[in-house]
Amino acid sequence: MKQFDYVRPATVAEAVAAAAQPGAVYLAAGTNLLDLMKGNISRPDRLVDVTHLGGLDQIETLADGSLRIGALVSNADLAHDANFAKSYPAVAEALLSGASAQLRNAATVGGNLLQRTRCAYFYDTASRCNKREAGSGCDARDGENRGHAVLGWSESCIATHPSDFCVPLVALDAIVEIEGRNGRREIALDDLHRLPGNTPERESALEPGDLIVAVRLPPAARGFATHARYLKVRERTSYAFAVVSAAAALRIENGKIAEARLALGSVAAKPWRARAAEDVLKGVAPTADAFQEAAWRALSEAKPSGDNAFKIELARRIVVRALTLAAAGTPARIPALPASPFASTSGALHA
Amino acid sequence: MNHSISVTVNGARRDFVLDDPRVTLLDLLRERLHLTGTKKGCDRGQCGACTILVDGKRINSCLALAISHDGANILTIEGVARGDQLHPVQAAFIAHDGFQCGFCTPGQIMSAIGMMQEAQAGNDPERIRECMSGNLCRCGAYAGIVDAVLEAQAGMDETNQRRFA
Repeated sequence: MKQFDYVRPATVAEAVAAAAQPGAVYLAAGTNLLDLMKGNISRPDRLVDVTHLGGLDQIETLADGSLRIGALVSNADLAHDANFAKSYPAVAEALLSGASAQLRNAATVGGNLLQRTRCAYFYDTASRCNKREAGSGCDARDGENRGHAVLGWSESCIATHPSDFCVPLVALDAIVEIEGRNGRREIALDDLHRLPGNTPERESALEPGDLIVAVRLPPAARGFATHARYLKVRERTSYAFAVVSAAAALRIENGKIAEARLALGSVAAKPWRARAAEDVLKGVAPTADAFQEAAWRALSEAKPSGDNAFKIELARRIVVRALTLAAAGTPARIPALPASPFASTSGALHA
Repeated sequence: MNHSISVTVNGARRDFVLDDPRVTLLDLLRERLHLTGTKKGCDRGQCGACTILVDGKRINSCLALAISHDGANILTIEGVARGDQLHPVQAAFIAHDGFQCGFCTPGQIMSAIGMMQEAQAGNDPERIRECMSGNLCRCGAYAGIVDAVLEAQAGMDETNQRRFA
């Protein structure tokens, strides 16, 4: 690990000033950053430790019914918050399907959003990677790429964003609150992560010094609580990243879908909101045919980036199944194997 | 630049001057305090051998910078027994052969203690397996580990029932 300076700011303003310097990065729990530093993939000159800042670890309901989650709330504390899990069950299920209990206890909300891809070529410093070293090339393009992107990728980069948490969040229109050199601003989570284009080294809309201080779920996000699921296919049923995942949330009135939300995970460099699929579900009955049509639309622009054409068909099936499970109703308790299609209580047949 | 930190380890306050901010909690415990019960397996947050409790919660000590944990309350495997009296989870691991080579065992036990405090798995073997998935065992003693956790959980439930009866 490269030597670095350690800074522990006392206020958010001090943190932003310290992190705006070239070579500086924020340290929260460090569950991803330290791993990257140990592998010499990330080589920061300065760590700005935000874990001791006050006021960033609260979960609060705002007057308008929004929920505001401080950036330092741990993944575990959020998922196990009874009110949170009841109001936003797909988000809690996604959180509990990610990483291990130890990592969820440490990892933070803000850090989860900004975790890096697990592309093996990004991690291997002997490989060419445009994301790690701009302009060096992409060894994933002709390498072992069965887990790589099928949506929104470019010749420069076919990496995926690995977060589970972000998938239902983007489906529920989550908003990211950012403190920067010019004060406070907010953006839609859907606009936080960038698609690679020709600049895969630029992964987010954040500017130097920008600190995520909170994630907010708007009032409408509660409206899906009774019909919301997250489903995640992994090569191992626990403690593994998704091959493909989907968050599905429905608002059902008088036997018809008043509103649908759908997002896919591990298919692109960002959590992938499938708005065309949502549109086709609006106002129709929650039938298998409707879900098939939605799945088709969600993947209509997908194309393989290598040996991963199977992910397109897999994603379609996971979409149908997640929608079927959501229509059946949110389970009273998160299943023993969160988000697993193999869970004994999944309640859905193969799509 | 030197940094001073103070942590509580197994009930005793410890002060350190760190001349290098790269020291992890795992290396602090092993190299500076010679508490070598906490194991370094992968050192990358994948195996769980380094699991300790920090402020009552289980984490991977290999992915935690010591300097960032100024003021933390740390519990390691060396701190769970009371003198010669084993912690109920330790005793259950012995009773159920919850190990073979033993390298992962301190991490397994700390993880199990943390899990029981989290109270999410209860006595459901499927939930226990899921909640313990962050601890790998190359010898494959998983069946014994689950049995040990079930017994320790049952003992804890009984104790709690007596306490609240």
